[in-house]
Amino acid sequence: MKPAPFEYHAPTEVAEAVRLLASYGEDARPLAGGQSLVPLLNLRLARPKAIVDLNRIESLAYHRLEGDVLVVGALCRQRDLERDRSVLERCAAVADAVPLIGHLGIRNRGTVVGSLAHADPAAEWPVLAMLFDAILVAVGPGGRREIPAARFFQGAFSTALDPGELLVEARFPLPPPSAGTAFVEVARRHGDFALGAAAAVVDGDDVRLALGGFDSVPLRVAPDPDAAPAAVHPVDDIHAPAAYRRKLAGALAKRALDLARERAR
Amino acid sequence: MTWVGQRVARKEDLPLVTGTGMYVSDIDLPGTLEVAFVRSPHAHARITHIDTAEARAAEGVVAVFTGPDIRGRVRPMVLDQEAAPPGLETAEPEIHPATIEILADGEVRHVGQAVAAVVAGSRYHAEDAAELVRVGYDELPAAVDPEAQNNPIVFDNVPHNVQARYRIRAGDADAAFASAPHRLSMTVRSQRVTAAPMETRGVLASTVGEETNVWSSTQIPWWVRNAIAGSLGIPQRLVRVQIPHMGGGFGLKVNVYPEEVLVTFISRVLKRPVRWVEDRVEHLIASGHARDQLHHVEAAFEADGRISAVRDRFVLDSGVACPYPLSSAYNVASHFRSMYAIPNFAIDGECVLTHKMFNLPYRGAGRPEAAFVMDRVMNAVAQALDLDPADVIRRNLIPDEAQPWSMRMPYRDGHEVVYDARGFPAAFERLLELIGYQEHRRAGKPNRGIGFGSYVEGTGVGPFESGQLQLDSEGRVVVYSGCAPHGQGLETTMSQVVADAFGITPEAVVFKAGDTALMPFGAGTFASRSAVTAGAAAIEASNRLLRRIKAIAGEIMEMAPEDLEVAEGMVRARGVPTRGVTLKDVFRASSPGPGARLPDGFGAGTIETFYWVPPTVTWGFGVVGAVVEVDRETGVVKLEKLVMLHDCGRVINPLIVEGQVEGGLMQGVGATLYEHVVYDAAGQPRATTFLDYLLPTSAEVPEIVQESLEGPPSERNPLGVKGVGESGPIAPPAAIANAIVDALRPLRVQLNELPLSPPVVLAAIELARA
Amino acid sequence: MNEVEVTLQVNGEQRSARCEPRVTLADFLRGPLGLTGTHLGCEHGVCGACTVLIDGASARSCLTLAVQAAGHEVTTIEGLGTPENPHPLMRAFSEMHGLQCGFCTPGFIVSAYEYLRDNPRPDREAMRRDLSGNICRCTGYVKIFAAVERAAELMSG
Repeated sequence: MKPAPFEYHAPTEVAEAVRLLASYGEDARPLAGGQSLVPLLNLRLARPKAIVDLNRIESLAYHRLEGDVLVVGALCRQRDLERDRSVLERCAAVADAVPLIGHLGIRNRGTVVGSLAHADPAAEWPVLAMLFDAILVAVGPGGRREIPAARFFQGAFSTALDPGELLVEARFPLPPPSAGTAFVEVARRHGDFALGAAAAVVDGDDVRLALGGFDSVPLRVAPDPDAAPAAVHPVDDIHAPAAYRRKLAGALAKRALDLARERAR
Repeated sequence: MTWVGQRVARKEDLPLVTGTGMYVSDIDLPGTLEVAFVRSPHAHARITHIDTAEARAAEGVVAVFTGPDIRGRVRPMVLDQEAAPPGLETAEPEIHPATIEILADGEVRHVGQAVAAVVAGSRYHAEDAAELVRVGYDELPAAVDPEAQNNPIVFDNVPHNVQARYRIRAGDADAAFASAPHRLSMTVRSQRVTAAPMETRGVLASTVGEETNVWSSTQIPWWVRNAIAGSLGIPQRLVRVQIPHMGGGFGLKVNVYPEEVLVTFISRVLKRPVRWVEDRVEHLIASGHARDQLHHVEAAFEADGRISAVRDRFVLDSGVACPYPLSSAYNVASHFRSMYAIPNFAIDGECVLTHKMFNLPYRGAGRPEAAFVMDRVMNAVAQALDLDPADVIRRNLIPDEAQPWSMRMPYRDGHEVVYDARGFPAAFERLLELIGYQEHRRAGKPNRGIGFGSYVEGTGVGPFESGQLQLDSEGRVVVYSGCAPHGQGLETTMSQVVADAFGITPEAVVFKAGDTALMPFGAGTFASRSAVTAGAAAIEASNRLLRRIKAIAGEIMEMAPEDLEVAEGMVRARGVPTRGVTLKDVFRASSPGPGARLPDGFGAGTIETFYWVPPTVTWGFGVVGAVVEVDRETGVVKLEKLVMLHDCGRVINPLIVEGQVEGGLMQGVGATLYEHVVYDAAGQPRATTFLDYLLPTSAEVPEIVQESLEGPPSERNPLGVKGVGESGPIAPPAAIANAIVDALRPLRVQLNELPLSPPVVLAAIELARA
Repeated sequence: MNEVEVTLQVNGEQRSARCEPRVTLADFLRGPLGLTGTHLGCEHGVCGACTVLIDGASARSCLTLAVQAAGHEVTTIEGLGTPENPHPLMRAFSEMHGLQCGFCTPGFIVSAYEYLRDNPRPDREAMRRDLSGNICRCTGYVKIFAAVERAAELMSG
């Protein structure tokens, strides 16, 4: 299981990375943490003509709270958030979700923005993006573009990014500290992609629910556990039949909402 | 003080913990070429053409081989290693030889079958070139469900795809069923799994002149040597097979694989070292799969839960070949009734071919499949009668007064199954106590359950094992063994045994195993047999060498051998510790030549070889309890605790036994809750990476409590030991399934299909509610 | 073949070799650098047998390209201890029988090294989760936990 040959570039600035990506059209892939892309390369399921390695672009390695907005640069590792008490204490849903992402070694390298760009239907960050109405910031040949999460995820492993566009930042507007948030999932084993996940916000009358792993994209749905099974369209796969996932949607929706409600002050 | 019985840390660890071990992929022979295979994407197809021209011209490529290229030079392997031995006639076995092709020639019979081999300077280049091999296929219908009628035939020499079948009739099951007040019937399935050792397979062959050295990650080096020689049509002495460090096997490496034959052939043709290291996707698709049995079982029982008869009919989905039809399939029959006094038993088993990867015995080899059926039946009987499962088990256990118990049927070695294991009722009571069963029943905590499973396992099976003891030129004690250690600490345990015999420390013993150049014959490590058989061969050879040493020392010291004792590298006069010679002196005195000091009747040398043949298997046993908590809304099962009591006779090294039990239990947990080699209706494997084939991680480990029952030594081998390697995985599936059933009371749930994934558990809950 | 020169620190020593950009760090360590202690169990980032430290943080070397490690510090099992001078973790794994076939062991020891560095007084419940990125098929993990706890004792006293 060795990758097919590719050309390799390691730019040090965003503009250079964008120029390189654009020059290859659809034939180049950006590489950040590599925890999603390199397995595909090894399996020869991805065979890009070129890899544009972002890891030397130091200006992308940041995360911060800008008021109520959690701002994450493309080279912010999962582990950077996991170790930042100020972030974990600010948002329980994030504190719930990050330790469930793979394992320590994966979180040391894997990036938040990379997970969003990869758009695995069963991943954790896309669900949080939908829950918080995140803004995904892309830079491309046409300049900078802000894409709302609801328009960003277009299908399994498919996003609104145009060829040559690079996702450089994700911005998560967090509810106020008095709100309750929660993220729950069911996975076959600890660290696996979820069979299903639910995330909720309860902030007075503002009650939100997002579901992941049930469809080809993460969904914002009405915050009603009884309506959740009908709101999702899962398919059978080797880990669970669709009928199971429908029931799971209802059970997880209730648990996320209950937990968020409990945590709301 | 003896070394046998001590918790000795392992001698073999230092290279392994420092990363200086030498697994087959680590061996560095300059000029080694690497192989990548082109493998069939179809379950069944005719090959219309193969074009390798572009591949041959690719960068780094040295050669490409296809089935037509090797035709006439390399023969397919026809495996008849499990012909029925004498004594098995009552089982009416019908066994057809299995055929394993080296490279497909004209037809492919399972996804992943090797079609072409590309040899290049690096695996990267070999894989690039493998993509350039153009193969044309005409797809053919595939046999996928072994129970389907009118499946396409897999091999012409196997009528109706039934490669093997047998039947056992003990007592009179039909009469018992006719008169029984209660009956039940169930369908029970143990799914297809794979052993998935952390090291995939691999083989390196290096040819100098007309001799080839082969390093293979195999549990059966001598059989590999013999099969390679047979397939290539060359004398066995031209092939040497050795095992390097091995990263686990669990039965998956107990087979001669096409790649071992082909890589040897390629090395001989190219006169270069050639290596193939399997990648994990190849491994999950094209290394031996396991279990995959579907049972239709009926039980006849009394009002108090005593089972008077069991009738079972099962199919083992063998894939394209069942190389060991008497292992997994027949072990089912001989282990089925476990600790239970069920006098009437009828079983019909079939190994049926399908267009899938072939099916090998994997740790347990039929015992887990049988135990799952028997202990689920036991639990279902309790449920049908509204009795406590513990009471039903108690009533069926073979009492000590009835021991030694005969199952009135032969083991697969042809000898009658007569247990040399006893103490089943006491073991079960101890389990109930350890697991807190009374408290659990009293507390009645919802969604929490306890369930049980049991096993009695035949260990130390033949055909034989080899041991050779010698002194080297420095007087060190050297053991050569026919076993093939791959993690079970045999270097340490065998050194403990020999250390006691020679009065030295285990560190001082030199041990080497699994190399066909050591001795003409050897068997290997599988089937919970090496402590018994390699140990017996080692001790018998040791005793003979000690006799020889004393005779030669007696000649030097002019004393009677009976008056001498061997310890600490010396031969001393008993009671006169100042009078003695060193083992080095003995070696010198025994070396051939005019100066040799040899007593009458003794030839030169200090070397003794022994091939030990067991009288039959010796039976270990154990009981397992599982504690679970079930989430009724999601079907998620939390396995809180596993308790196992085990009797493996005399224990050489308790530390190693503990490790075998813990590792085996977790493989049982994996098979129960997580693992499944899935094939779709077209015969396509669907769990081809570790993202889909789910091995338990440390987060899935429950609290594990184990206790040795400190059973009496076995009387069936000189060391008094019993095997324990396979004990762990046998009982967990039933114990966990039964625990989930208990947790879901008062719903009457049936869980008879593995794995017990959340969807399966939830579906069982809903079925019970309806 | 578009080979590049890759120079990096490995176990405190500057090492350099040529390879194609597609070569993984695991293959680079095992091949040109001759450090075969890092093992390949899956090549898709699940089993953890290939775990090394990159700038002190554990990483799957099968999911890292060798070129990405250029200019960085990599620590492999060989850098933690040797047969002549084994690390306390190595001694503890043997003492507690935390290995059987040994194939997953280097990856486990590297992960445990990082774990103990950040958690010098290990907690078994936390360990279950935090070591879950390394798969063992032989031991059932129980004695691996015991080995890590024993190593913590050896390293603190």
